[in-house]
Amino acid sequence: MAEHVAGCELFESGHRACGGCGPALAARLLLNATGENAIVVASTGCMEVFSTPYPETAWKVPWIHSLFENAAAVASGIEASLKRQGRSEKVLCVCGDGATFDIGVLCISGAFERGHDITYICYDNEAYMNTGIQRSGATPYDASTTTSPAGACSTGNQRPKKDMPAILAAHGAPYVATASISYPQDFMKKVEKALNTPGPCYIQVHAPCCTGWGFEAGETLNIGKLAIETGMWVNFEMENGEVTKVKKVKRKPVEEYLSRQKRFRHLFKPQRRDAEIAKIQAIADRNAEKYGIDIKKKE
Amino acid sequence: MLQITEGSHAVAEIAKFCRPQVVAAYPITPQTHIVEALADMVANCELDAEYITVESEFSALSACLGASAAGSRVYSATTSQGLALMFEVCFNVAGMRQPIVMSIVNRSLGAPLSIWNDQQDSISLRDSGWLQFYAEDNQEATDLHMIAYKVAEDHDVLLPAFVCFDGFILSHTYEPVDMPSQEEVDAYLPAFTPYHRLDAKDPISMGMYATPDYYMEFRYELERAMQRSIDVIKRAGAEFAEQFGRDYSALVESYRLDDAEIAFIAMGSICGTVKDAIDEMRDAGKKVGLAKIRTYRPFPTEELTRALAGVSTVAVLDKNISLGSGGAVGTEVKAMLAGSGITVLDYIIALGGRDVRKRDIAAIVDLADKGVGDMFYGLRTEVL
Repeated sequence: MAEHVAGCELFESGHRACGGCGPALAARLLLNATGENAIVVASTGCMEVFSTPYPETAWKVPWIHSLFENAAAVASGIEASLKRQGRSEKVLCVCGDGATFDIGVLCISGAFERGHDITYICYDNEAYMNTGIQRSGATPYDASTTTSPAGACSTGNQRPKKDMPAILAAHGAPYVATASISYPQDFMKKVEKALNTPGPCYIQVHAPCCTGWGFEAGETLNIGKLAIETGMWVNFEMENGEVTKVKKVKRKPVEEYLSRQKRFRHLFKPQRRDAEIAKIQAIADRNAEKYGIDIKKKE
Repeated sequence: MLQITEGSHAVAEIAKFCRPQVVAAYPITPQTHIVEALADMVANCELDAEYITVESEFSALSACLGASAAGSRVYSATTSQGLALMFEVCFNVAGMRQPIVMSIVNRSLGAPLSIWNDQQDSISLRDSGWLQFYAEDNQEATDLHMIAYKVAEDHDVLLPAFVCFDGFILSHTYEPVDMPSQEEVDAYLPAFTPYHRLDAKDPISMGMYATPDYYMEFRYELERAMQRSIDVIKRAGAEFAEQFGRDYSALVESYRLDDAEIAFIAMGSICGTVKDAIDEMRDAGKKVGLAKIRTYRPFPTEELTRALAGVSTVAVLDKNISLGSGGAVGTEVKAMLAGSGITVLDYIIALGGRDVRKRDIAAIVDLADKGVGDMFYGLRTEVL
């Protein structure tokens, strides 16, 4: 891991993220892992906007933003160019979930199929936050967003979260991992591993958004931790399509995660919707079953 | 060396000689022969480049943008629907001042689907900040690629460039082309020196967003670069003439305009037909000439005004239509000559590959003589 003097981060302070911003922490951690010899390709989105209002930039590594949906294609070109020039920089995409799960899928699929040596990091805050909290393919079931609002005849987003890691693993990606900003060492290790694995690698890092999810700014890391502890988010690694490592937990009920966020408030007020909470618990149970995250009691 | 070659192969050959380090392209008719030829060159170690077989035109130009930003000379080619899919990236490439050169094998836009030639595709990108060159024949298509790279990469310009040549009419036609050697191209076109590049040793941020405090200045700088490019094009054209003997030092080529009463304005392969028709009409005593626009962006207002100074009527041949307004070139010429006393008549022709022959050119002169214009020419009224 690259070493840095405290206060001299490659992701500089003074940017314009909200206090308690999960993605800002993700950017800081990942640059701690990459060190200086990296080129970052950004998609349009929150992170791009809060970190690079011309003429200011928070990025102390080379950074480029082109459009919302083309980061993987831009990165493909950069990687090809570096290869031709015999240069050693690592190429990373750092994109939000909307850019990754929805509008950028074509470019990502192409880049991964072609096998470019890039690391694609999706900071997943589970909705279009930059434009005002609209649902994306990464938005979890029943989350209320501005385009999937809970209402008299809706309990919020009616579709489960798209399984993007599986989609990219199916492309033959040698390394696919999920991570959480609440487990910084684990995230940084995964970034390092991806950078040192030849070929296209994917890391999806859970990055809670206090503004979009509705919790106090000081709670960001706790919320991320609760996602893991309830099975609403699973930290795992996949190597050549096989799950090789999973973060195991003593699982808590999903209610502990849901009840602390305004995006799920309609499940508890004005009246409790047990049936809906049970459906979300079933999603967590399936996650637990699929990845084997539960720490079993010794018989 | 003079060779009989297909237009697409001539363009692929000259693209190779321009030494792109990265080629990213997606196949589309009638551009395919170019990208197939380049793939073949890479496969046979004749072209030392990374060839990215992208999954769409959108990604083709996006990959070119990334490669250019990282400091490589890049090449791509497309047409029609492919160019339409690149629309968003085109504006982005220009705004980010990446001097990418792309061949546009001009083709119409659907619906209805048509693979045949007109110039609606590149014309529709006229406001995107790309230089636009139009070739009359395959020699000019070949030569303009060298000039396009030289102009685009000039640090006084730093704008991307389309080299447009008509689909099928040129791309699939065999013509004699004087193909320069690698040494000759190297002597004309120096290695790419990026103004900025992504480099860990000197990190910069590219493609940042601009608030209303800055955005307008970026656009103003783009327009200034367009205006500066006029002199750079003339200089690059003159240098080309000196080395190769073919003169592209003007943005507008005048043909038998000196004492002309009626002047055509046209772009691309149709200019050959117009020149032949003019020769015949001249033999018959008709004073007609042609102002061929080689550089549509930047628009050659000054040269064109000068070239048309003596004429009484201008007939603009537009292989496009700005629906609800008229032909794109005609509209600009009318604005340019407003108050000059010159009558400007616009003719929408050859859309979707409708053939135009010498007798059509003569017929348009007859219409222009009567002051009849601003119309579609060559419509099959029986199917309307």
